[in-house]
Order: sequence, then C-alpha cells, then structure tokens
Amino acid sequence: MAKIRLERASVSFPVYNAASRSLKNRVLNVATGGAIERRFDGLVVVKGLDEIDLTIHEGERVGLVGHNGSGKTTLLRLLSGIYAPTSGSAAIDGECVSLINIGLGIDPEATGRENIRLRAVMMGMTAKELSSKYDEIAEFSGLGDFLDMPFRTYSSGMQLRLAFATSTSIRPEILIMDEWLSTGDEDFKDRARKRLDEIVSSTKILILASHSKELLLGNCDRLIWLEHGRVRMDGPAKTIADEYFGR
Amino acid sequence: MAVMTFSDAVADIGEAVRKRHLATTFGWQDVAQRYRRSRIGAFWLTINMGVMIGALGLIFGNLFRAPMQEFLPFVGCGLIVWSFISTCLSEGCAAFIGAEGIILQVRMPLFTHVMRTLWRNIIVFAHNLVIVPVALIAVSASISWAALIALPGFLVVSINLLWMMLVLATICARFRDMTQVVQNFLQVIFYATPIVWQMKTLPANFPAYFFDFNPFYHLITLIRAPLLGEIPSSVTWLYAITTSILGWLFALWFFGRYRKRIPYWL
Repeated sequence: MAKIRLERASVSFPVYNAASRSLKNRVLNVATGGAIERRFDGLVVVKGLDEIDLTIHEGERVGLVGHNGSGKTTLLRLLSGIYAPTSGSAAIDGECVSLINIGLGIDPEATGRENIRLRAVMMGMTAKELSSKYDEIAEFSGLGDFLDMPFRTYSSGMQLRLAFATSTSIRPEILIMDEWLSTGDEDFKDRARKRLDEIVSSTKILILASHSKELLLGNCDRLIWLEHGRVRMDGPAKTIADEYFGR
Repeated sequence: MAVMTFSDAVADIGEAVRKRHLATTFGWQDVAQRYRRSRIGAFWLTINMGVMIGALGLIFGNLFRAPMQEFLPFVGCGLIVWSFISTCLSEGCAAFIGAEGIILQVRMPLFTHVMRTLWRNIIVFAHNLVIVPVALIAVSASISWAALIALPGFLVVSINLLWMMLVLATICARFRDMTQVVQNFLQVIFYATPIVWQMKTLPANFPAYFFDFNPFYHLITLIRAPLLGEIPSSVTWLYAITTSILGWLFALWFFGRYRKRIPYWL
C-alpha cells in the first residue's frame, strides 16, 4: 500500500559561506573565543519548507504549483526521500522513482547499449529486471544499429530518445516528475505521450510539479499550491487551478 | 537515541550491500570512462606503476645498498598496496562530494558511493597486481603458497578502509578543506611507513612502538608479507582486526548521527 505522510515537516538549509565552511576558521574561532563567530561566521539558515502537513493516499494524482522559489523542488526531494525533514516527520511507503533528470548517469563515450544499462541501474533496476525489458527499450528508442555506436555521436533528438526509452521503462509505485518530459521530433512525440500516459496510469501515486495548466488538469485530480515554503491551498485540481492560474 | 543512530546507519549500509550492483556498475564505469578511447585501456595504470617501481627500486636499492633480489619485490608490493590504500582514502574524501548530482536526484543508500569508490580502486589494484609476478621473475624469485594468505589480508584491509572512507566522506562533505589535510597526512604516512625503505636499515635501538602504533604499517604488511612469502605476525592480525571493529563501531555511530545532514551539505 503506497502512502506518503508528512507531519509538520520542515526543511531548512544551512548556507555555509566559504568562511564558515572551512575547518581552519572553526579552529581559529575556538582560539579567539566565540565573539567573532557571532559576527563573522554568517551561518544563514534558509527555511525551504515550513511545517508541511500532507497525506497522499494510494491512487492520488497530485500536482504541485507555485512560483519559482516557493519550495516545489525541495518538496519533491523530501517526498522522494532525498532530504530528511530537519524537523517533523516524513513517512514514505512505497518504492519511489523520480523522472527529473533523465540524462543522469549517461556516459557519452559509451555505446547506446551500455548507456541503457547504466541508466537502468541509476533508476534502480536490477540486472534481471533490465534483461526482461531490454529488447523493449531498444525497440522503443528506434535507434536500431546506432545502439552500438558511442552515445556522443547521436543527434540531440536521438540522445533524448535513448534516455527517455530507458527511464520510462520502469514501473514505480510512486512517480515523481518535475515538469513533463519534452520529447524530440513529431513522430516520436505521439509514442512518447502514449508511453508517459501508460507509466502515469500504472503508478500508484503520481506527483507532478508543473507550470502548465493543461498538463496539471489533464493528469492530476488534486493540486497543492505552495507559497514561501508553506501550503497555501490544497484541494481538487479544478478549484485550485482556477484560483492559481486565474479564471 | 544511540540505538536509533546505529540502526539508521546499519539500514543505509545494509541496503547498499543488498544493492551492490549499483556500486559495482558505477565503479567499473569510472575506470572504463577514464580509459575509454585508449588502446590498452586501464593497463596504462599498470605501466605507470611498473615504471615507478622500477625507478624507485633502482634508486633506493642502490642508496641503501640493498640486494636487488630482495629489495625490488619489497618496494614493488609495498607501493602497489600503498597506492591502493592511499587512493582509497583520498578518493574516499570525495565520495559524497563527487556524487552530489546523484545524491540530490536519486534516492539510493549513501554508503553505495563509498562502496563505488572502493570498488573502483579494487579494479585498479587488480591491474597493478600483474606487476608482482613480473617483478618476482625479474629478480628470479618465486611465489610461494603463502601468497594465498594475502586474500584474507586484503579482506581485512578493505573492511578497515571502508570505515575510514565512510568517516572521511562524511567529514569532507561538511568541511571541504579536510581533503587537503588528508592528502598531507597520507604524504607523511608514506615516508613514515616502511614502503620504500626496509625496517632492517634502521638503527638497532630504533623504538619499535613507532611501527606498532602505525595502523598503516599493519595494513600494508597484511598484503605485502604474504606476497613476499612471509606470514604476517599474529600481532599484526590482531591489531588490524581490532582497528576494524573499533573503527566500524565509531563509523556507525558517526555516520548514523550525520547521515541525514549529508544531502544538505552538498
């Protein structure tokens, strides 16, 4: 049973400037007494998320909206278990995959085949899972003989196809996306859209951060509006979208 | 509370061990990437190491007037093992810093990145190991069965390295200058440990505790001695096993305490 539950979860980042980050200054501070530390240490703490209470049940399709810097990316990282809340609690039940940077882990010098494997491992697939999906990925990418060529020789459209085909072959319980994946040429676009719909409908919980109204209304049934690291509004997609985007 | 931090660290490490294919794939990839378009690939490492051993062996062997038949294998094995240990530790400092992109985007156990660094260096070590038989044949010495003892020795060394790397990776993520401190420290250890010089060249009244309390002396001996046909003393075994147990206890506590903070430091 996939479920996400945040209770008064806050995230605050310590911002270490070069001065407070070095051990030398730490030691010197001790030597000179604490007074300087207060003036020059400059340890600034930025509150990324402020006491978020949130429960997401299985089957929910949640969209995140908010202006730049409102905490969307931080919340996505919290929900995918990358950040642990600095106070409060976050319980994430379910295996979670984020499709944020689908090019992560790719080695341009390696061949397409090797990169499918590298990318799959990065997504958390085991060798066994990959071998059962490998042919399907290769076929979907439509790269044919190019799979044996180094990745760097690909056009940017082909590079995207490979990364997309591999990344979307996984079927996680919780899927996290920061904006929709953009996808190459017209002919690939249709198939890519179908495939994204597939993965979105098979996942138990979808969390999608986006600035596009159609996208959010098309895929989500619940919207969360973040502002200054707090939840400003949370409710049915239609209602919140009308409020946020204006009628 | 203490139990909590321990179980936190154990959970992370346990998951990393279960998903070890992550560490081995990335570690292998690191080596492959460096030598992708070179004709002989990672064996450049072997050649570099071989040249270094040849040069140091000749220079220091003549300086110390040591018989080459004994000195060359000694320096060869010593340097190979030392470069494994020192690279593990210095790259261990960057284990989390270097994996920033992954840590901030994909949820995987943090210990995976430490294992990846170790695995990469084990691969390099295996390439360098080819030199040992060559060096032995060059001075017409032979490999004895005692060399097999190097395997458990290697295991104990790796277990020791892992806790040191885990602690260093955590500290260096927070205090970036520590990387430089560790480099300097390793430099000193290199000269203070019998690697390019032999213990018997020291004056007779040289205090023995100088070596007894140098953990790196014991770690090197665990692998080097068997390769040279000797069996490490029980003191060395005991010392190395004790440091691994105490070290791991400390590392589990330390890592458990700061694990959650690491992504914020990157």
